[in-house]
This record gives sequence, structure tokens and C-alpha cells, in this order.
Amino acid sequence: MLDYFLQQLIFALAIGAIYGLIALGYTMVYGVMRLINFAHGEFFMLGPYVYTFIFSGLIGLGGLAPMLDSAIAIIASFVIVGLLGVAIERFAYRPLRAYGRLAPMLSALGMSIVLQSAVRVTVGPQPVHFPAIVPSTPIDALGGMVTTVQFGILVAAVLLMVGLTLFVNGTRLGIWIRAASESWTTSSLLGIRVNRAVSLVFFIGPGLGAMAGIMYASYYGIMQPTMGSVIGLKAFTAAILGGIGSIPGAMLGGFLLGAIETFGTAFLPILSFGYIGTEYRDVFAFAVLILVLLFKPAGLLGETVSEETTVAKKDY
Amino acid sequence: MGNSVIVRRLGLLAVLALCVVLLALVPHLPSYYVRVVDSILIYIILAVGLNLVVGYAGLLDLGFIAFYAVGAYAYALLASGQFDIHLPFIVILFIGAAAGAIAGVLLGFPVLKLRGDYLAIVTLSFGEIIRIAINNADDLTNGPQGIAGLDRASLFGLPLTTPVHFYWLLLVLAITVCGGVYYMERSILGKAWRALREDQDVVRGLGINTTTLKLLAFALSAAIGGAGGVIFGAFQRFVSPESFTFQESLLVVLIIIIGGVGNIVGVIAGAVVLVVLPEVLHFAAQYRLLIYGVVLVTVIVLRPGGLVSPRFNLGFIIRKVRTLWLSPSKT
Repeated sequence: MLDYFLQQLIFALAIGAIYGLIALGYTMVYGVMRLINFAHGEFFMLGPYVYTFIFSGLIGLGGLAPMLDSAIAIIASFVIVGLLGVAIERFAYRPLRAYGRLAPMLSALGMSIVLQSAVRVTVGPQPVHFPAIVPSTPIDALGGMVTTVQFGILVAAVLLMVGLTLFVNGTRLGIWIRAASESWTTSSLLGIRVNRAVSLVFFIGPGLGAMAGIMYASYYGIMQPTMGSVIGLKAFTAAILGGIGSIPGAMLGGFLLGAIETFGTAFLPILSFGYIGTEYRDVFAFAVLILVLLFKPAGLLGETVSEETTVAKKDY
Repeated sequence: MGNSVIVRRLGLLAVLALCVVLLALVPHLPSYYVRVVDSILIYIILAVGLNLVVGYAGLLDLGFIAFYAVGAYAYALLASGQFDIHLPFIVILFIGAAAGAIAGVLLGFPVLKLRGDYLAIVTLSFGEIIRIAINNADDLTNGPQGIAGLDRASLFGLPLTTPVHFYWLLLVLAITVCGGVYYMERSILGKAWRALREDQDVVRGLGINTTTLKLLAFALSAAIGGAGGVIFGAFQRFVSPESFTFQESLLVVLIIIIGGVGNIVGVIAGAVVLVVLPEVLHFAAQYRLLIYGVVLVTVIVLRPGGLVSPRFNLGFIIRKVRTLWLSPSKT
């Protein structure tokens, strides 16, 4: 039982780390723009595709050392997907700033259709095998079996999260981002170039999403154009769970959702004597979300916005 | 002067006559086109219903399709061999609307203290929960296979089987719903909803119970969704969870935004555009969705307020017609 538990725990952490990385993109964009970026799941999907494209391109050109090829391809997919995010914000969201919050949200929805069908048209709708970046060998950890891939995902994701936290809290650009999330008007009055902060967020968010996509694809060994929809929705749930707009909240929400899902799936059939099966996994995640919001309406780490100080009195 | 009034009245008559003739011509079109028009009418009904919540009360509901599913499954369970219950269509229409309203209140009651995006995500979750539950409750709903072979519907002895029959039914229902919602929009209730959209704290300060207001919007829109679902079930004679995905909810929201929020004329325009567009794009084969998305983003970026200007609403048209007819000198 204990090693089973440990194994599930590692699985929960790995999948939770992936949710967390995607949730960061949702939460940062929401922080500066109050926008639910429905296209974000597609950046997650683009990650492994761009990676494969660059990687096979490098191999085709003769290739360097195998690890170096992978590293270059990973960094390139971060940059390329990030730049795509910046371009999309510039052309599809920025012109809509003066028009309330529904218009940009729907524009994001349209962008999601565009990105997904663009990939489907170019590489075909069928799932494609994704080659493992690191060879998957099992490791024995305290009695539970863990694979190197799970371990690698966890380490890489935590490194990215620590890096982001240091960046946002410690650098000048990070201060811009935090200031822009706090108040758009005040920070522009103080000489912060808000548009640059927004562009920066739209670079980092999709980039992290792409990283999560590469991790997810190497975990399951497969990628397909529709993979971003469901995972995107779940990561968004994670962001809300942690309190949208809060960076540590997104990480916490991701891990929490991973744990809820994994342990729900693993133990629900046992606890309910087989009556509630694994097919209710997603119901479970959503039900927990609704419950949390009923008692903490701003999520776990979100700012508690009192009725009087609500930033946006007009909801939509 | 007198001459020009006559000309304008004739012009108005011509426009009205043209509308009537166009609507009367639809049944003579080939079956495929009648089906497309039916589908437009269904989405008009749904979008006008959702517009009560999104457009008037300003609450973003991303799980609207759940109420539609409730209605469709009400028909599927009460008029098929599934449990061998065969109630008449009109009875189920009311049951479906009532079931939708109850679901709306059940959802609304706990979540309406949430604001903005939190409300949006909770309604989204609710929609997904309903869909997954339908998908898995095999004993009741037959799971992912869905329920097939639903009864042929009939209304007061008239058969409801072909797309043309449904065209007339949907047309009557769409006009009723639009008229009812227009009436509500002008009533004190409609004004209270609009105030709610602008600033809920002020509404509360004026001594109006905001929770009741929101619940009323939720229940009414869910009832319309439920009724739409019953007709959908009777029309398709087959229901399965696939018809009620998150994407469908988003499509209804999209219709409202593309047309113009809180504007019935806009909703009608939005439904026409978003239902017809994918049909027109059939020629593009696998590029269909890509073009659809590009057109969508372009339209939103170029006309962020919606295709139809907020000024051009049902009230505007009615005023125009009335002044031209009764006191033409004022126009």
C-alpha cells in the first residue's frame, strides 16, 4: 500500500507540475490584462510540435551531440512559441483593449481555433509518436518505482518555477510585471512601459506552456493537435483553484489538481466499493473547484477582494 | 410632403412584405437548406435565452449548454423506448423548460455570490459535470452511445417529423421568445438587470435584492435552454453527450458577442453568421476550421462591439415603424 501510495504521489507531482506550468501562463496573462486566454492551451500543444520540427531539422543538418540538439530544440521552442504569443497579443488582443472584457476573450477563442486547425492542416490530425528526450528507465525510490522521465519532469518544472519566481521578484522587468498587474494606470504614471510588461508576460506564459507541452508529450510519448483543449481547461481550473492572478497560487493549484486527480482516480473506486469508477475523475476535480470557490471565493491564494474594493465592478 | 410619406410607407410595406415572403419561401427550399434554417432558429432561441444572463445581467455563463442537455434528455427519457414512457411533445416541452429552470436555480443558488471570472469557471465546471455525468450514467442515459429512436413528435394532432414542420414550430417559438424577452427588456425587471450589469453595489444600495434578480435571469434563460433542448431532441430523434460539449456553450456565447451584446437583432445576426459560415466553408474541406477561425478573429478585431450597432435594436425598429405609420411628419 505504501509503495503504491508513493508511486501515485510521484505521478501526482509530475502531472501537477505540468498543470502548474500551464496555469502560470493563464494567471500571469490574467494578472496584467484580466483576460481569460482561451488560446493558451494551444501554446502547450505547439511546444512538442515545434520541438520535433527543430530537433529533426538539426538532425537533418548533421546534428551535434544528441543532448545538445535536444537542449537547442527545447530553448528554441520556448523562444518561438513565446514570440508567437507576443505576436498574437499584439494583433488579436491589443486592438480590443477599449472594448470591455468579452471581446478579447472571444478573440482568444478564435485564435485557439486558428492555431489548432493550422497545426491539423500542416501535420495532419492523427496522433504522432514523440521521441523520448531522456531514456525512460525505472528508478527505485523508497520502494516505489519512478521513471527517469517522471523525475526529469518534476526537476525541470520546479527549476522553471523557481526561476520564474526569482525573475518576477528580483529583477527590474519582474517589477514591471508585478506593477502592471497591480494597477495599469498607476504604473504607467510612474513611467513603467505597461505594453512592454504585457508583451513580456505574453512571451513567458506561452513559453512555459510550450515547456509543459514537451514534458507532457515525452511522458506519454505522443502528441496530437487536440491535446491542448482538455489540458488547457484543467490548467485553467488549477489557476482558479490557486487564485487567479497569483503566481504562487498557480503553482499550488497545479500540484493540488494533480494530487486530487491522481488520488481521486486511484482511491475513489476503493473507497466507494467500486461504485464510483475512474470515469468520474474529471467530475471530482471540478466538484472540488466549486467547493473551494464556495468557501474561498477568490481561490486559495487569491487576493480577497471585498465587495467595496472590487477592481472591476462591471463583471462583463 | 404627402407624396414622400406615401413612398416611405410603401417602402416600409415592401420591406415587411419581403420578410414575410422570404420566411414563407423557406419551406420550398431543398431539405438541406431548411435544416440550416432550423439550426439557425434553434441557435437564435438559445442565444436570446443566454443573452438574458450575459447581455442583460452581465453574468458570464459558460455552461449554458447543460440546460440544453437537460431539455434534450428530458425528451429522450420521456418519449422513447428507454423506459417505455411516451408522453406527448407539448407536455415534455413544459417539463423540459421546468427542468431547465430548476437546474438553473440549483446551479445559481450557491454560486451567484461569486463574481466575474469565478462565476464563469464555475458555470463551465457545472456544464462539464453534467456532460460527464450523462456520459457515465449508463443505466439512465445509455452513456456515450446515447439514446436513439426517440418518438416522432406531434403537436395537437399535427405531425412534427420533417424539417419543414420544425421550421414552423421553431419560427413561432423564436418569435415568441424574442417578443417575450423584448417585453421583459423594457419592463422594470429589464431595467434592474441592466443596472445590475453596470454596478451591482449601487443596485444593492437601492434596496433591490441582487440575488433574486440574478436567480431570475438564470432560471428564465435556463428554461429557454431547456425548451430548446426538447425541440432539439424531437428534431434529431437521437441524443448523445457529444452534442453538449464545452465548445457548444462557447458557440452560443460567440453568437451573442459577434452579433452585439444585449441586442436581440444582434443575436439574430450572430446566429445567422455563425451557423451559415461553416456551411458556406464546406468547399474549403480541411481548411474550413482554419478559415472559420481567421474570419472570427478578424470580425472581432474589426468590429469589437459586434456586427450590429447597439442603437439598431428591436425597440429602434418598432419605434421607426410606429412613427412612420402614426405620425410620419416627425420622422
